[in-house]
Amino acid sequence: MVPTNYYVILSAILFGLGVFAFVFKRNIITIFMSIELMLNAVNLAFVAFSQALGKLDGQVFVLFVIVVAAAEAAVGLGIIILIARNRQTLNVERVDLLKL
Amino acid sequence: MTAPLIVFFVLAALAVIGAVSLILQKHPIHSALSLIVVMIALAGLYLLLGAEFVAAVQIIVYGGAIMVLFVFVIMLLNAGIEEHTSVSKMAGPPGLLLVVALAGLIAATIVRSTDSIQSTLQTGEMSSSLGVSKTLGISNMIFKDFVYPFELTSFLILVAVLGATVLAQREKG
Amino acid sequence: MISYFSHLLSANVELAITIAKIILLLFIVLTVNAYLTWFERKVVAHMQSRWGPHRVGPHGLLQPLADGVKFLFKEDPTPAGVDKFVYYLAPLLALALALTGIALIPFGPDPIRLFGHDIYLGIAPPDVNIGILALFAITAMGVYGVALAGWSSNSKYPLLGGLRSSAQMISYELALTMSVVGVLLMAGSFNLKKIIEAQAAPGIFGWGGISSWNIWPQLLGFFCFFVAAIAETNRVPFDLPEAESELVAGFHTEYASFKFAMFFIAEYTSMITVSCLCSIMFFGGWLSPFPASWTFTHYLPSAILIPFGLWVIWDGIRYETIFGRIILPGIGTAMAGAGGALILLPGVNLFIQGPFWLLSKILVFLFVYVWMRGTLPRFRYDQLMAFGWKLLLPLSIVNVIATSFIILAKMTWWAK
Repeated sequence: MVPTNYYVILSAILFGLGVFAFVFKRNIITIFMSIELMLNAVNLAFVAFSQALGKLDGQVFVLFVIVVAAAEAAVGLGIIILIARNRQTLNVERVDLLKL
Repeated sequence: MTAPLIVFFVLAALAVIGAVSLILQKHPIHSALSLIVVMIALAGLYLLLGAEFVAAVQIIVYGGAIMVLFVFVIMLLNAGIEEHTSVSKMAGPPGLLLVVALAGLIAATIVRSTDSIQSTLQTGEMSSSLGVSKTLGISNMIFKDFVYPFELTSFLILVAVLGATVLAQREKG
Repeated sequence: MISYFSHLLSANVELAITIAKIILLLFIVLTVNAYLTWFERKVVAHMQSRWGPHRVGPHGLLQPLADGVKFLFKEDPTPAGVDKFVYYLAPLLALALALTGIALIPFGPDPIRLFGHDIYLGIAPPDVNIGILALFAITAMGVYGVALAGWSSNSKYPLLGGLRSSAQMISYELALTMSVVGVLLMAGSFNLKKIIEAQAAPGIFGWGGISSWNIWPQLLGFFCFFVAAIAETNRVPFDLPEAESELVAGFHTEYASFKFAMFFIAEYTSMITVSCLCSIMFFGGWLSPFPASWTFTHYLPSAILIPFGLWVIWDGIRYETIFGRIILPGIGTAMAGAGGALILLPGVNLFIQGPFWLLSKILVFLFVYVWMRGTLPRFRYDQLMAFGWKLLLPLSIVNVIATSFIILAKMTWWAK
């Protein structure tokens, strides 16, 4: 039986790695993927606590988080495609001005 | 060293290696593949926790749909290797230290706050205490207690589909 | 040394049994794949009034062996400028996922009782609570093999073929999963064994057998599932992305001998998996179509094996090559002997009924797959996408709504 704390520590590590990737990577798609990594870390914490407390609320919440992440990924990638078409670059350091 | 503990460490190592590989890879498609590895490792961890429905949904939705979307966009935009930056890289190591501090802070806070409810944490499978299968329990909760958020998420997906269609259209003329 | 291994073995018997089952099933699936290609070439050829392979071995039976040797010895070039890791990963991924799908299918209801351990037919234990969902998860991941193969080949035809093929697979995946929901509502579980057991009920007039299978209440669901599954496996009439006249060879253009063989095996294995799923979910799996009271139908396997074996002997004796004249009567004698042994051993005969019916249904579906390959023209890409989104998905949603209406009505005001 794996203690719940192990899952929480793993979730915190993954979340920290997601934050690091979000801040330090320059490709906008990779930044988006780090957001998904952070969401997944949180999902892991939810499911771990759902098992520890014996209730299914955590798993239902995880389902909702997955649905919302899917919707966000769809719209976000649409925006990324538009940015790539307009600025011809995927480097966030080049899209930091409103003026072209 | 029981079998579940060994499986946990293997899957946790796989997840962390995938996340580190996401950061270290230069080409976005390799980062996407690393993220898929992370998601499969997490699905394995959900199975270890007894949440079989969530594990299957994670693979189907996250691994089979969202990440496919990412891979498609990378292919369509011909994303290449990240260019060299003009900003100095000196912020890397202190950033790493700060991230370790952040992760440690989150972990310590949660672990310390759950110590008080350790005694009420149950061991063993949840389904044996519930008496019904997890899928039945989850569907009961979604369609009875959480039916309003469920309908709202369907509306949200509709909005997202419309938004993505409008955003990805070619300009007229 | 030996005693250490035997101690290790006896401590983890379940693990050892599972590994042995995996090796055996892998061997069987790969052999069935190879002879499925022979079957396809023969059947398509006979539909086109020609003979197909008939020189390599008697009746062309050694053709798959020749093909295998060719695949192993052909030159395996790697094009310039490919992304090496992804290029080598794509066929591996496709093959691994396709073979993993077979592991979840139960091939028979009863276990073999050996040395005090129950050995079930099928690698996964029969009480996997999410059987169908896990299979769909594996199918969903199969898109990557195609998309990554197309992209990593550094060439425009594979890229186009890969993108088209993966867009097609994702579109039809929705219809695939929705069309199964009707069956799941009727069975009340994702478990494959429970789905089959729900079709064993006596039915309307107490006839049982074929009248209580899921095909009658779920005809629309079966149509949607079968068509969506053909599109998922990239077979005719939905094989535009790998058609030879359209895109050279689609996403596997730049893949040579053994890597192409991996894609090939993956495609045929997913054909087998889809046939297994169709027969389990809609046609009763391992249930016999005859009512349970007709116990004389238990002799059907023997009634098929013995005459067929005798015919093979008779055909083999008059065959043109000496090799055929030795091998074919040997095969025929083995078949007739197996049929006779089944009559003499009633316990084995009873055990073999379940797998026999499941395998015959799988064979029928594989024949339908090959039949469609030989007869139907292929869809154009926009017709294909319109068909998937505008016809198949609404039909499967209508199926779900109608099924849930009828089940609810049965539970409430229609209670008989």
